[in-house]
Amino acid sequence: MAKLPTPQMLMASRPDFPKAAWLDTKPLFAPGSYCYPEKKDTMELLHMPNPHDWDPSAEDWNLPENWEKILCDAFEERLEKHRSLKLFMDICVRCGACADKCHFFLGTNDPKNMPVLRAELLRSLYRRDHAMLGKILGRKIGARKWDKEVVKELFYYAYQCTECRRCSLFCPYGIDTAEITAIVRELMHEVGLGIHWIMDPVKNCSFTGNHLGIQPHSFKEIVEMLADDCETVTGIRPKTPFNEKGHEILFITPSGDVFADPGIYTFMGYLLLFHELDLDYTFSTYASEGGNFGSFTSFNMAKKLNAKMYAEAKRLGVKWILGGECGHMWRVINQYMETYNGPTPDNMVVPTSPITGTVFKHAAATKMVHITEFTADLIRHGKLNLDPSRNDHIITTFHDSCNPARAMGLLDEPRYILKHVCNHFVEMPENTIREQTFCCGAGSGLNTEEIMELRMRSGMPRGNALRYVQQKFGVNHMACVCAIDRATLPPLADYWAPGVNVSGVHELVANALVMKGEGKRTMDLRQEDLPNVDAEEDQ
Amino acid sequence: MLESLIVVLLIGAIAWIGSAIGLTAVFGIVLPYVAVCVFVVGLVRRMIYWAKSPVPFAIPTTGGQEHSLDFIKQDKFDCPNTKWGVFVRMVLEVLLFRSLFRNTRAISFENDPVNNGPRVVYYSSKWLWFFALLFHYCFFLVFLRHFRFFMEPVPACISFVEAVDGVLQIGSPRFFLTGGILLVAILFLLARRIFDQRLRYISLINDYFPLWLLLGIVISGLYLRYFDKAEIAQVKIFIMGLTHFSPVISNLDLNGIFIVHLTLVSTLLIYFPFSKLVHMPGVFFSPTRNLPTNTREVRHINPWNPPSQFFTYPEYEDRYREAMAEAGLPLEKQPKPAE
Repeated sequence: MAKLPTPQMLMASRPDFPKAAWLDTKPLFAPGSYCYPEKKDTMELLHMPNPHDWDPSAEDWNLPENWEKILCDAFEERLEKHRSLKLFMDICVRCGACADKCHFFLGTNDPKNMPVLRAELLRSLYRRDHAMLGKILGRKIGARKWDKEVVKELFYYAYQCTECRRCSLFCPYGIDTAEITAIVRELMHEVGLGIHWIMDPVKNCSFTGNHLGIQPHSFKEIVEMLADDCETVTGIRPKTPFNEKGHEILFITPSGDVFADPGIYTFMGYLLLFHELDLDYTFSTYASEGGNFGSFTSFNMAKKLNAKMYAEAKRLGVKWILGGECGHMWRVINQYMETYNGPTPDNMVVPTSPITGTVFKHAAATKMVHITEFTADLIRHGKLNLDPSRNDHIITTFHDSCNPARAMGLLDEPRYILKHVCNHFVEMPENTIREQTFCCGAGSGLNTEEIMELRMRSGMPRGNALRYVQQKFGVNHMACVCAIDRATLPPLADYWAPGVNVSGVHELVANALVMKGEGKRTMDLRQEDLPNVDAEEDQ
Repeated sequence: MLESLIVVLLIGAIAWIGSAIGLTAVFGIVLPYVAVCVFVVGLVRRMIYWAKSPVPFAIPTTGGQEHSLDFIKQDKFDCPNTKWGVFVRMVLEVLLFRSLFRNTRAISFENDPVNNGPRVVYYSSKWLWFFALLFHYCFFLVFLRHFRFFMEPVPACISFVEAVDGVLQIGSPRFFLTGGILLVAILFLLARRIFDQRLRYISLINDYFPLWLLLGIVISGLYLRYFDKAEIAQVKIFIMGLTHFSPVISNLDLNGIFIVHLTLVSTLLIYFPFSKLVHMPGVFFSPTRNLPTNTREVRHINPWNPPSQFFTYPEYEDRYREAMAEAGLPLEKQPKPAE
């Protein structure tokens, strides 16, 4: 990885707008500005159209011979399938309200990263074939024909958008760039263009059940190791039920939490919480992925990867599904799952908390509840014995993940929990949180190393906001409810606000959770010494 | 930018010359009829075009707290889970430009004292919202006031609008606030496009043209009312003739600027359905705004939902059965005992 410039240099090095009109500029495929292409055999295995070897920095991308027809037809087909696309192509007035709402634009000052121009890249093609004036007046009114440079441009900017929907919140017509980016990525896949960092997890998830390709026995082994770690910290070894039939609840969380630091501590948090509640639940090694990189590929791939959840719920005969902390996973579950793969199997019922009796009516159709909804309800009913002073060395803030914030509205549940498990909670500035939250800069499958500088740029708004509360209020911790965040925010924090730790909400829950029969806690889940323990003993 | 201004000036000049060389019937009668037909048919066709594509997924943008637990306060109108809530959200959007009201302006500082380093600050920025709102409402009121020419007797509500609009009681004929504000609002929207670097970069001829056109309409209208003091009675007879499908021209003395005004309005009507101006009906179709956020409570149906094809559990178990058995994971089928 190339050495990163300092934050000051990074801010100062944002170029001015080019002199040439946007129709005349081309993206420069410099190393670090694009993700590595997917492998041909991956695409073959997944039966994706037109798999081929190619290199984004090369002049020729080896597109199939009839690439233009494929793309025109595919675009036409999507216009017929999605009213949103037709509408978003037609009604933009280019008022510019979206321009500085995009973290990629703020970090790069590349005009084509303004959501309006990102959409114009496609809109210009739409005008030529689907708008009367464009047919007549052509380029004069911003219409253009397909050519290979246009394909490159679409690819470049479709992978400089994290589908975070912040622009859609500010758009007076609700034009959603996530929708446009998703469809452009679908179009690119029609001619065999995709990125390795997305397609490899898709392949893994298709054939092993999770993005990381962890096979069933290893999955079990890793979770049992985490349970051992729980025992080291608390003296209690939580149970780890797998693929067992006849339980009430199936628990699904992103596989990143099983595998990667610091997600594993969030996972340990789940284990301890469920153990303490004596929850009647099981994991599944088959549906061992909550996340869905298919949703960064195509609607059909998202459906395919998502299908395992209900299929496994049916096989295991569970009543409902509890879902872990994850961002895009919840976009899919909240807005697509029931449409893709519903109606739910007959054995499933409207979710009811076995501990408090609360009926989660708002999940009556999908029968899937977010873990922070579940836990907030437990706390509200006084079912958890919590000692927030164990987190007293932490001054935490909360990062709203894009998808739970703007595709779900999950804003206060995690805050409610945090305020009960931590004594020191500080919000970041108001235009950077809740529904106006900024992306970590690397969502929608862009959390890959080769574009680290780009990630630091797109993460600038989040990084700046974090640094603000760090400098002003001494914040040293950022909680989040997203597995991708847990992977992407630590480098972001190291860069923009060194010294801030990142964790999931349930790591902090388990740290504060006073369990029945536990040993004296001298360490947190990361096995770091709790600073206030000795002081208590002296008293 | 200038091209589109020239086009508008050209249209005006053609109309003016046309009226001078005796083509008043073409610009005064034929063109308005054609324009209204094109407007209505064009707009209906565009809406049918949109409606023909389904809404496969419910994708509302949630602008606030969801409806979930009873002790957590839902943001009923920014994240509405009921039809009533969606109705209010749409009303707020269409009548008050709710989303634009959120607008902020991001300013970067390379060395902020608090951050001790770079920092982006997001300032509230309501100018666009304010002038957009002024523009649309004034345009609407001016449009409404013109019904004085279309109806006999003039409805009381129109007279009321006029009374309020002329409340300043300046000049004769009395100065209407809406006309003046409309002019200012259009100039603001134009100035933004011309002087704001970002907007200039994204603006196309399709963005300047309607603004110049509106400016032409407003200026010619103001001129007719306050400077030329067009013969209102004559205009009314002419317009009533049009609306009753028995146009009269021959014995009327119609002013050239009036024909220019009418031609520019006709141009706007013709241009409307083929341009970004379709945002007017379009906003009602927007799936990120007009759908309830009850997507976990009620199943949304996708009419083209493809058949489900995925790596099934039996296939999975077939692939990993031995390893799973060894790890002690429950199985549907036990592996064949080793021989």
